[in-house]
Amino acid sequence: MAKRKLIELAHARSGDKGDTANIGLIARKPEYYPLLVREVTAERVKQHFMGVCLGEVERFELPNLGALNFLLHQSLDGGGTLALKADPQGKTYSSALLRMEIDVD
Amino acid sequence: MIRIANGQGFWGDSLEAPVDQVRRGPIDYLTLDYLAEVTMSILQKQRARDPKAGYARDFVEMIGRVLPDLTRRRVRVIANAGGINPKGCADAVDAVAERLGIPIKIAVVAGDDLLPQLDELLNRGIDLKNMETGAPLSVIRSQVQSANVYFGAFPIVQALRGGADIVITGRVTDTALGLAPTIHEFGWGEDDWDKLAAGTIAGHTIECGAQCTGGNCQYDWETIPDLAGVGYPIVEAEPDGTFVITKHAGTGGRVTVASVKEQLLYEMGDPREYITADCIADFTTIQLDQCGPDRVRFRGIKGRPPTAFYKVSISYIAGFKALGSMVYAWPDAYKKARAAEQILRKRLDHLGLQFEEIRAEFLGANACHGIPAAEPSPDVAPELAEVVLRFGVRGQDRAAVERFTREIPPLALNGPPVVSGLGLGRPHVEDIVAYWPALISKHEVKPEVTLWPSES
Repeated sequence: MAKRKLIELAHARSGDKGDTANIGLIARKPEYYPLLVREVTAERVKQHFMGVCLGEVERFELPNLGALNFLLHQSLDGGGTLALKADPQGKTYSSALLRMEIDVD
Repeated sequence: MIRIANGQGFWGDSLEAPVDQVRRGPIDYLTLDYLAEVTMSILQKQRARDPKAGYARDFVEMIGRVLPDLTRRRVRVIANAGGINPKGCADAVDAVAERLGIPIKIAVVAGDDLLPQLDELLNRGIDLKNMETGAPLSVIRSQVQSANVYFGAFPIVQALRGGADIVITGRVTDTALGLAPTIHEFGWGEDDWDKLAAGTIAGHTIECGAQCTGGNCQYDWETIPDLAGVGYPIVEAEPDGTFVITKHAGTGGRVTVASVKEQLLYEMGDPREYITADCIADFTTIQLDQCGPDRVRFRGIKGRPPTAFYKVSISYIAGFKALGSMVYAWPDAYKKARAAEQILRKRLDHLGLQFEEIRAEFLGANACHGIPAAEPSPDVAPELAEVVLRFGVRGQDRAAVERFTREIPPLALNGPPVVSGLGLGRPHVEDIVAYWPALISKHEVKPEVTLWPSES
């Protein structure tokens, strides 16, 4: 089975709400969306962000936009002004997710 | 059809964007978002030093630049520039209008500031629990700096009905700024849920300025034209709740389904439940199509009634922090930065300093992503041209944080080699102003709308 990096199949934007980061993952073409739904599960995202996401990962589907939205709880070192991170608002987590490799048929 | 422009995505955004929005093409409304969560506490501090301060001064200067154009082109302005002192902001704008000899009607939307009545509310058992942790506000009451309710669009609509040319608000939802003109112009009712949701989504799409017109856009970013002259977004809204997102002709950037989708998902929670003071919008009902160059049409949006609560944004002092940096050069830059980190940790330990958190990051190696998949491989790591050690501490004891700042500069002489301090000197100790989200019943607070006729 062939593998491809998500950055070839999707684009993304991330942001914050307190200590929770959100990542919107958008299929570059409509035919890629079912692949994202199948492969980019909440569990895989939690595993991908090992050491960064200390809480739960929730996933929401937006088939109308060919997109998935992930909430990564406890992922911003306390969030906002509390965080000592260089990226306290998780703005770069979008492309961190795009590093993931998925199986494609 | 009416045109609603956004000219400011946050306080600190482009000073030229609002001017360009007014001058470079037709618009009916100019909306400006100045208030981030921490902004309110900064403004609260400014007002404590000067009772006339506490609002976005950039806004007043901007009005001074464009007021003649606004009047000539009949553009009305809606801005949350009032911050913690909307009446002070209105006075300042009024003075500018008088100086220019242009009579205008200003309206103020206030009543969002809960600070004066905070103890009374707590005494009545309204505990303003933290929405994330569930802790009652009483735990941090003595540290509270500001407390503001997010009002919706209807107080702004009331101001527009009163004939205001410029509406200055305190805290309102970001989306209300863009929603209010559609309610006012098209006579939408307080229970037209689908239309209110459509206007809310239009407001969300433009609230971050150029972030929907090609700015910070990952989709084929290198091909996006002329970001130096990027156009800020404009909603062309129709009475039936459909709308088009576009920008002025001849400006840079690009409005595509892809650029708009990225902004739609920005700071998104559950997409079926985007809750505001006015309605609940369902982002899974949005239908998009590219209906022309730099034009994306929105249709099909559904909404539901809102909850019985307003969101409250509370800021409080949560301790102190300091961050220092040193840059290490090839060879083995990463290894050297790691060694310096260990040395710092040992020295802080020897000094017996206690912190709530100590954090080290390695810029150039894997600071942003922080995940195993982004770690430099063993053959790449020794070859990195440079790596920045970014080292921070946080705690309640200001003296301990202050003492930490003295441990960074000595590393230039007494740590690993080939190092520069980046010319930054000793780190500064910062107050941490943290954010406490809560809810309050809509019965407990009332927006106050005041008209400010200029009698020049």
